[in-house]
Amino acid sequence: MIREFTFTDVLYLIAAMRWTLALTAIAFLGGGIVGLTVALLRVSTFAPLRWLGALYVHAVQGTPLLAWLFVFFFGLSIVGIEVSPWIAAAAAYSIYAGAFLGEIWRGCLQAIPRTQWEAGASLGLGFAAQLRYIIVPQATRLAIPPTVGFLVQLIKNTSLAAVIGFIELTREGQLTTATTFRPFSVYITVAVLYFLLCFPLTQWSRRLERSLHVAR
Amino acid sequence: MTYSFQFRDVFAAWEFLLDGLILTLELSVVTMLSGLVIGLAGSAAKVYGPGWLKAIVAVYVEAIRNTPLIVQLFLIFFGLPSAGIKFNAETAAYIALSINLGAYSIEILRAGLQAIPRSQIEAGQSLGLSGLQIFRYVIIFPALRLIYPALASQFVLLMLATSVVSQISAQDLFHTASIIQSRTFRDFEVYIVVAGAYLLLALIFRLMFAGLYQLIFSRARR
Repeated sequence: MIREFTFTDVLYLIAAMRWTLALTAIAFLGGGIVGLTVALLRVSTFAPLRWLGALYVHAVQGTPLLAWLFVFFFGLSIVGIEVSPWIAAAAAYSIYAGAFLGEIWRGCLQAIPRTQWEAGASLGLGFAAQLRYIIVPQATRLAIPPTVGFLVQLIKNTSLAAVIGFIELTREGQLTTATTFRPFSVYITVAVLYFLLCFPLTQWSRRLERSLHVAR
Repeated sequence: MTYSFQFRDVFAAWEFLLDGLILTLELSVVTMLSGLVIGLAGSAAKVYGPGWLKAIVAVYVEAIRNTPLIVQLFLIFFGLPSAGIKFNAETAAYIALSINLGAYSIEILRAGLQAIPRSQIEAGQSLGLSGLQIFRYVIIFPALRLIYPALASQFVLLMLATSVVSQISAQDLFHTASIIQSRTFRDFEVYIVVAGAYLLLALIFRLMFAGLYQLIFSRARR
């Protein structure tokens, strides 16, 4: 039945934002764990580990996120695992975010001068202790602005989960369009809602970046 | 648990996959060119233009960069017809991708333009060059060289993002995959093959961009 696109629909769209945020949070958490592993692999002193990290990053950054979503959503069922959109999305986004966060964090780790590592070594610290007490605290400060910037990418890309039936903001928009036949109003509203989520983060990331340059 | 992989059905549809691949390539290359043009014009406007033009470009860039591509695509393909503007899926895809990449290119190129030292521009002025000549002979070349890696990786990301146009049923590589899937029910195999094809494309584009860099920037000309 065709209804009008009313304020109630807008409220439903706003309510659907919580699933966008929940998926972003899960992806960031999963991607953070994967990303940290990748970043550590990439700065490892053992070459094959570095290659493994590089291979992972290139494979993920060279394939569309949509493909990962479909592989997990349709693909895992063939090994007998019934996959809900939640699991498929969580897995696909963790893999995807892990590659990008891993590259960002690797850059931050490598931006710390070699001499800092050597200073740690001369104090008798091992690799792990150098990383823990000398490199990571300095790299974290560098990592915050680009990580916030990537968070914006992540929020926007959660919209792709709509195609496997994961109900978040974009999917809710599709469903609302199907009942109201007001695609323009609906998708403009959806776009505005994404903008309200992302724009403050973009500005924050920019401010952080600027203050970092001043501090240096 | 005993699943036997069968890629035969997937590869049997190779002509079909090839058609999709060609559209994906066309979408990527055309969008890269139009995105570069929008990026050059927009970044020049944002850095050297009058205040009102800067404001318009800034609104465009922020609006596009803070909303998802798929929503922009839906707005153009499903939304605009209710305002009387109709496109077929492919045209909508070209428009949405160009608008999207254009916004990112403007930001990247802007950083390049702003990195050119003021003294370079003043040197051009003291030689009596006009504004356009300074842009053409003094600014653009070193600016492009500075941001080339960022632009190239944005272009590769765009090539991967073209897969999203399958959702408005433009017949790209990803869309042909879902058609083969619905015909053969070989879900996993189809998407693995297609993911491999994208990976190969990404590799080719990266090599091509690296070669292009050598060709343009590594000669005696600086």
